[in-house]
Amino acid sequence: MTSTVARRPAQIELSGVTKRFLTPSGSMFTALRAIDLAVGAGKFCAVVGPTGCGKSTTLTMVAGLDRPSTGTVRVGGQVVDGITAGTSFMFQADALMPWKTVLGNVALGPVFRGVPKKEAQSRARDWVRRVGLAGFEEHHPHQLSGGMRKRVSLAAALINEPSILLMDEPFGALDVQTKAIMSNELLGLWEQTRPSVIFVTHDLEEAIALADQVVVMTTGPGTVKAVYDIDLPRPRGAVQEIRFESRFVELHHQIWASLREEVEAAYALTAQGRRS
Amino acid sequence: MSGPAGRGGAISVISPQTDASDTVGVRHAARRRKALVWAARLATLIVVIGGWQLLTSAKIVDRFFWGQPSGIVAQLNDWVRHGTAYGSIWLQIWTTFKEAVLGFVFGVITGVIVGVLLGQFRFFSEVLSPYIKVANAIPRIVLGSLFTVALGLGIAAKVSLAAVLVFFVVFFNAFQGVREVDRNLLNNARVLGASRGATTRHVVIPSALTWIIASLHVAFGLAIIGAIVGEFLGAQRGLGLVIATAQNNFNPNGVFAAMFIIAVLALTAEGLIGLLERRLLSWRPPSQIEASAA
Repeated sequence: MTSTVARRPAQIELSGVTKRFLTPSGSMFTALRAIDLAVGAGKFCAVVGPTGCGKSTTLTMVAGLDRPSTGTVRVGGQVVDGITAGTSFMFQADALMPWKTVLGNVALGPVFRGVPKKEAQSRARDWVRRVGLAGFEEHHPHQLSGGMRKRVSLAAALINEPSILLMDEPFGALDVQTKAIMSNELLGLWEQTRPSVIFVTHDLEEAIALADQVVVMTTGPGTVKAVYDIDLPRPRGAVQEIRFESRFVELHHQIWASLREEVEAAYALTAQGRRS
Repeated sequence: MSGPAGRGGAISVISPQTDASDTVGVRHAARRRKALVWAARLATLIVVIGGWQLLTSAKIVDRFFWGQPSGIVAQLNDWVRHGTAYGSIWLQIWTTFKEAVLGFVFGVITGVIVGVLLGQFRFFSEVLSPYIKVANAIPRIVLGSLFTVALGLGIAAKVSLAAVLVFFVVFFNAFQGVREVDRNLLNNARVLGASRGATTRHVVIPSALTWIIASLHVAFGLAIIGAIVGEFLGAQRGLGLVIATAQNNFNPNGVFAAMFIIAVLALTAEGLIGLLERRLLSWRPPSQIEASAA
């Protein structure tokens, strides 16, 4: 990209972050408690944990969509107090505008930043091609399959050349094969631009295959239980194959032991119907 | 939807097992069904109109009170040839149409603007919501009397009444449409760096448009009601005045004839709104458009 200054990846730091919500019944619900987490510039961090442990809340606070109740979130050394500049967010559900074409959706990022329409469109065209959707520019989202819509979301997230990429179970709704293909593509594109990534998932294999760092969170209120460095060499290559390597198996074994306790604890809580 | 869209695999309709003769059979059945529906529609019309004509001719129903289809046709013919008491019939139609359209346009514009604004600023909507509820509970048609007194016998009173009726329907739908915008889409736009104005333009309004356009169908009917009632209450020309005159002269055929003209007017407008809808909402999956047209 010639016309934009490529952004430098930024470090993400959460220190002592607690988030409480007022529930409709008037009681306080603590979603996150005293989170300390640092993601180095240009690093890929995966967050795993049981359902409802506040993984998504963490992302919204890094993006600046929400504020912590106590503690601070810093991006690139600056305290987040508005929408964090240079961030892209890939949501669990489709966040594509159904009334815009593929091209229009991908071009939204530059358009919102004041890039002239023509240039925004030519950049969008380039990104549509890079995610393998050339020829689908004029289609509307409802005409695409789930995997194709994810590609559009990915292009829309990467076109602004973000310094931070936040992903909230982006491939959660896809079938296993499509998920593997999308993971490979994500890795390929990430290696070209290298933003700092926080990738929320409940799929541990996916987390290990993609990330430099896997964070295990405890069940609600969420805290950081453990952080594992993934020392598998990069470029990783196909995610379907890396899972048979002995180092991968070893890491999986180790992290699963830790994650399993939390998943079981969360399940026990839900089974008793005690969660509000 | 042919060609590349099929690659996703989710959209194929005809299974590979379906052979050609099956397809022909299915098409044939569909065509026969359609013909049957049309025949039944025609039969319904003949039974209703013919029955009416027969019953009044046989004096079972008094045509002095309930009119007669042949009388209605004669009345329409007379109006086209000799005009009404207030000038040519075309002038009456044009007057009512103009009032309804102007009222419709003003009502829609103000309804959309106020609805979108209140939908976005929670504070104002909370402040105003009891008053809006009260205003909605009032039988607004009565405002016609007020407008006739204040604005006189001209077009302004009718346009105002039509606009007030249209405003509330469009306003409520626009307001609701804005409140129903997907949070994900809004958050996504904000993260991508959209200003408040850009969010409104690219996310809120297109999303609310489905709701707003749904309200337009009802709204045009209300605009015509507003214009007609306004003319009833006091006017120098217009279809409402023609109806009022027919009523005073014990001429039910005149009432029905004017009613028929208004129905044609309303159906034409409905068709135009349908076209607009198809154009503005062309992004929607076809099944939804079909469902709303049905």
